[in-house]
Amino acid sequence: MTTKGTIPHAGGGAPLGRRILERWQLYLLLLLPLTWLVLFCYVPMSGLVLAFKKYNAGLGIWGSPWVGLTNFQNFFSSYKSGMVIRNTLTISLYSLLVGFPIPIIFALLLNVLNGKKYKKTIQTVTYIPYFFSTVIMVGLLFQLLDYRIGLYGTLYRMLTGGVAPNILASGTNFKHIYVWSGVWQSTGYNAIIYIAALSTADVSLHEAAMIDGANRFQRVLHIDIPAILPTASIMLILAVGNIMNVGYEKVLLMQNNLNMNYSEIISTYTYKVGLASGIPNFSLSTAIGMFNSLVNFTLLVITNFVSKKLNGSGIF
Amino acid sequence: MQSFKHMGRDDKIFHVIVFVILTLFFIAVLYPCIFVISASFSSGTAVQTGRVVLWPVDLSLEGYKTVFNTPTVWIGYRNSILYTIGGTLINLFMTLIAAYALSRHDLPGRNGIMLLFTFTMFFNGGLIPMYMQVQNLKLLNSPLSLMLPTAISVYNMIVARTFIINTIPGELLEASKIDGCSDLRYFISVVLPLSKAIIAVLTLFYAVGHWNSYFNAMLYLYDKNLYPLTLFLREILMSTNIDPSTVSDPELQARLADMAAVIKYALIMVSVVPVLLIYPFVQKYFVTGVMIGSVKG
Repeated sequence: MTTKGTIPHAGGGAPLGRRILERWQLYLLLLLPLTWLVLFCYVPMSGLVLAFKKYNAGLGIWGSPWVGLTNFQNFFSSYKSGMVIRNTLTISLYSLLVGFPIPIIFALLLNVLNGKKYKKTIQTVTYIPYFFSTVIMVGLLFQLLDYRIGLYGTLYRMLTGGVAPNILASGTNFKHIYVWSGVWQSTGYNAIIYIAALSTADVSLHEAAMIDGANRFQRVLHIDIPAILPTASIMLILAVGNIMNVGYEKVLLMQNNLNMNYSEIISTYTYKVGLASGIPNFSLSTAIGMFNSLVNFTLLVITNFVSKKLNGSGIF
Repeated sequence: MQSFKHMGRDDKIFHVIVFVILTLFFIAVLYPCIFVISASFSSGTAVQTGRVVLWPVDLSLEGYKTVFNTPTVWIGYRNSILYTIGGTLINLFMTLIAAYALSRHDLPGRNGIMLLFTFTMFFNGGLIPMYMQVQNLKLLNSPLSLMLPTAISVYNMIVARTFIINTIPGELLEASKIDGCSDLRYFISVVLPLSKAIIAVLTLFYAVGHWNSYFNAMLYLYDKNLYPLTLFLREILMSTNIDPSTVSDPELQARLADMAAVIKYALIMVSVVPVLLIYPFVQKYFVTGVMIGSVKG
């Protein structure tokens, strides 16, 4: 997101020192944001050295002894590492495969729909769940999916006459519930950007295609989809770059002893090792978190590179 | 737009399929929402025995009565309102001053500073280093721990900056400079009044973010009197049984077993309604805001 080719301005020819002095008020404005950036972004980033140390509260971050890659070795040699990495990848790839195309399909269909009022109503209603907090969303899931008194249990009994299986207690269902509740909550919101991209598509293309006898479905394939392709590729890069960032707040709330083998992901594990366990291990937790960040960052750079090669659009 | 009557056969079939799929999705989103509203207005026994399907059964306000008689709900409500207002004001101030300064082409070093900001979107210290920094700054168990670490969302800052660059014409700056207007003065008298749309969108996102967050509060606060509503909600919604001691009315305590579910539905309503109330006021700016975010800066 860098800006290339700064537009020349009035003071462009003046020496740098004078140009800086002239803009002192702008630097004054930036003073607080930059202080914030140092205190809450870069100082914590420097705290990543903990991953290579054995943290000792008495000695502090910088005084603690170096241990090289021991923390990383400990993580990868523990039986948990395979499980949390597998769960993280399963949940995130599943989310991506389902959560990425559905808003696009939704936007395309909504664009086809005749009837302005109904369109508007569908849009407004489908935004609403996006504003539910994670806590509410998970609480809602627990209530609605309760096999005895929830909406799911009640409907199951009405339709089949039998008692519903307890889907919340089964670990293998965890990923389905996680992903599809996400679809329920954010499809409407995630579609906004595509709906807007479609509304700016060239009307004359549609008119020309209709004269040539193209039906609506063909026009979706050959006009609408190309119109949102650039937007979609940017969204895909961002999504792939975030692949290891599964929504840990939601996972953490949905976890219970029955689904732990399927729901423990890297970020929840980091939290447990570092802050929620009886004997917190700051160094190990930092190392695991750092591994997660590095994988993410690498994926982002790779997808951005590939996208630039393929269709010329990237985020940097 | 072609009217349905004049379409060819293929198009008619296609439109019917589209209509059906969208209607099904619409119902799938709307139905659980209606169910929650109905269940929250039903009697405890009706919910507990699974008799609520669409409309309230044995219309009753006992769920809401219990919720409003619970002192922790009020404490949480008060705290959440304070954190949301305070946090959002800090967010707006910090985001707008940074966005404005970085929107100026004539700021030497602008690209370098931008890079410092954007890098943090893709790489960060993570949980423990952040926790230790909050601890070092003596912010643990202080409401400021919920407001300062999240003072700027770099993404939102870039959105605001893009908005300022794209919507406020450069000629205005030139004209103001000729009139002897300082950079600060230009920000306050020209940029801010022209940025109402983006300020509305930022307010919505920041405020909803504060109202809905629980994780930082769970990490940084340990005094229950400081808990935001979400942390109390978490305790109540995630538990299968409600602790009777949190309810003051003895008569209600006895009936709690029966009421657990209806209380949860009422709580969900009580927490969601404030957000839904502010939404219509900013809705007209909403799509614009999301769109600006997608335009590269």
